[in-house]
Amino acid sequence: MYKWTKNPESRSLPAGEAMAKWMKKNLFPTPAQSMLSIILFSLILKMLTPFLDWFVYDAVWLGSADDCRQASGACVAFIREKFTFILFGFYPREYLWRPIAAIGLFICMLWYSKEPSRWSKRLVRRWVVYVFLWILLMRGGMFGFELVPSNKWGGLPLTLMLSFVGIVFSYPFGILLALGRRSKMPVIKAFCVGYIELIRGVPLISLLFMSSVMFPLFLPEGVVIDKLLRAQAAIILFVAAYMAEVVRGGLAAIPKGQYEAGEALGLSFFQIMRLIILPQALKIVIPPTVNTAIGMFKDTSLVLIIALFDLLNTTKTALKDGNWLGFSVEGYLFVALIYFIFCFSMGKYSRRLEYELTTSRSH
Amino acid sequence: MNNNEIPFWQDPKNRSIVFQVLAFVIVIFTSWYLFSNTQANLQRQNIATGFEFFTQEAGFEIGESVVEYDSSSTYFGALKVGFLNTFKIAVVGNFFAILIGIFIGILGLSRNWMVRTLSKTYVETFRNIPLLLQLFFWYAIFTEILPGLRQAMMPIKGFFICNRGLFLTVMADHPIWSWVIAAFFLGIALTFFANHFGLKRQAKSGQEFPIIIWGIGLLFLFPVLIWLLGGAPTKLSVPELQGFNFSGGYNLSPEFFSLLLGLVLYTGAFNAEIVRAGIMSVRKGQWEAAESLGLSRFKSLRLVIFPQALRVIIPPFTSQLLNLTKNSSLAVAIAYPDFVNIANTTLNQTGQAVEVVGLIMAVYLTFSLLTSFFMNWFNRKMALVDR
Repeated sequence: MYKWTKNPESRSLPAGEAMAKWMKKNLFPTPAQSMLSIILFSLILKMLTPFLDWFVYDAVWLGSADDCRQASGACVAFIREKFTFILFGFYPREYLWRPIAAIGLFICMLWYSKEPSRWSKRLVRRWVVYVFLWILLMRGGMFGFELVPSNKWGGLPLTLMLSFVGIVFSYPFGILLALGRRSKMPVIKAFCVGYIELIRGVPLISLLFMSSVMFPLFLPEGVVIDKLLRAQAAIILFVAAYMAEVVRGGLAAIPKGQYEAGEALGLSFFQIMRLIILPQALKIVIPPTVNTAIGMFKDTSLVLIIALFDLLNTTKTALKDGNWLGFSVEGYLFVALIYFIFCFSMGKYSRRLEYELTTSRSH
Repeated sequence: MNNNEIPFWQDPKNRSIVFQVLAFVIVIFTSWYLFSNTQANLQRQNIATGFEFFTQEAGFEIGESVVEYDSSSTYFGALKVGFLNTFKIAVVGNFFAILIGIFIGILGLSRNWMVRTLSKTYVETFRNIPLLLQLFFWYAIFTEILPGLRQAMMPIKGFFICNRGLFLTVMADHPIWSWVIAAFFLGIALTFFANHFGLKRQAKSGQEFPIIIWGIGLLFLFPVLIWLLGGAPTKLSVPELQGFNFSGGYNLSPEFFSLLLGLVLYTGAFNAEIVRAGIMSVRKGQWEAAESLGLSRFKSLRLVIFPQALRVIIPPFTSQLLNLTKNSSLAVAIAYPDFVNIANTTLNQTGQAVEVVGLIMAVYLTFSLLTSFFMNWFNRKMALVDR
């Protein structure tokens, strides 16, 4: 692999000279490359100006739908009008502080947990406490918090919840499947391989359909399970198969001697796994696990097909408002930005972890 | 009693048998429980199981189809249309997604900072936004932003774009065209063969094979020759506004085009990253060795680097091919009549939930297995051969 290291000389140079040197190397190394740079630069400028016109100079930041229709620019007023609905769906307006607090705490928790040095049992306990707080804030119904049923949840909290719960449950399930797939017992192996390959071979949408139309048929008469819960189960079952493949990669990377050493110590299979193999294997696969998590975060948008009000569906619903028709581009760009911020920062984090974890291993 | 005898429970062999029997019983019991519940529920709702509905009249229209279909056709006919539409989007989509992936991936390694950054921006933007959102976005551009039929934009002569999709000028119907297309595909196959043969000869004798000239000859001159033999028809079919629609030309519906654009740009971003990582995984010494042999940058990439990178690239490419095919099921959200969309309509009309969902899964599993077989074959062909 190439290692892009900074030229040690360039550090001692004054800023202007260093920049000139960088530009010479990266923008104008040969006449042909210089031409290319200049052409591309002017093209970007040419594309950027109409965008700026649309988004800044001609945009309507304050005003009504009619003001927007008369202007040629973006209708930011639409986003301002629908901001609360897109982010929180049908959540009762008088308790809006509750989902806001829940999301704020969630982001704080993520921020706190991002350092590998803080990963400990205490952190897990803090997350458990946090999950109870989330339920208390979102659902209520105890300690004087008014009950807000799950069909009123929507927008960003719903998307975050589907992803978070999906990850937390699919991860152990995926580990079990991966262990089963590497098991020497033919029956167990066959079940695990069959499950993993079946799920990975079909689109998520077919599982969501299954959860919405087929699952009610599976249950005995009179038993009804909440639609949100069914969708969540479908997501967990789906992602577990992908998690299993990620974990399997990590298990395959652990040398056989580690198993034998565990056996020589007289440990049982589950002790070997819990104490020796999994801590090493799971550490290797943290970056691909985060990538799977990103994929799942994006995939939660599919629940709109079975009419749950996640972030994308609240946006679509906002766009159907008769007074504000015709601002799809603005609405979609806004919500795309939210998804982008989450996915991009998770991706960056995954790459950073990959770097940190590999360097710490080589020491 | 012998002291060395292992108690029944501590013998790994016995334990493994007990575990397996237990797992088997649990799975069988759960399946039986779900099955009997389903039977009971279906009986209560008076839904007959089985695939008899296949032969019933479907009664709904389908927007676009590659085979003949109308609302008096059977459900089987409708599902066949959906299957072919899924197949069409998967083939066309994967073709362009791979092209974009290779192109943008190589640009991502350019010496030029501007090119590199543009490639990276494309990749990061498109892979970090949910595909469904991207599909809605492109579809909204068609339905909301683009003008109606009568004010259709014409960026190039004979090419119209409006809220009814794209209208392209194509060659007018003539029997020779199918032969020309066949000749083109034959040309592709022959070029591959010639390249293979040329490289082999070069490895043996050192004689260079002018593959570019041969490739141009086979890919273009051959079809042109066929075209000349067929009387060189030059009649064009130009889309023209007549009443409430265009007549002539070829129409790409907004649904198809939005789906294609979304799938290609989304999967292309992943493919580009795979290609870039694959090329980066080839050690720098290989570039230097190629350079010291006097190969140009393009030639080193084509002859030395890319064949090695392919070994890293092919397995993740396979899963991207499958992902695009599976993701094409999101068509249901923008009303492109793919298999899931038509199966969903069938489900709503007949209530045959178990059969239809099973059918959806079976179809995608078949796609997955076929792609896996093909790519495994290709991978074996490209695998490292020790000399």
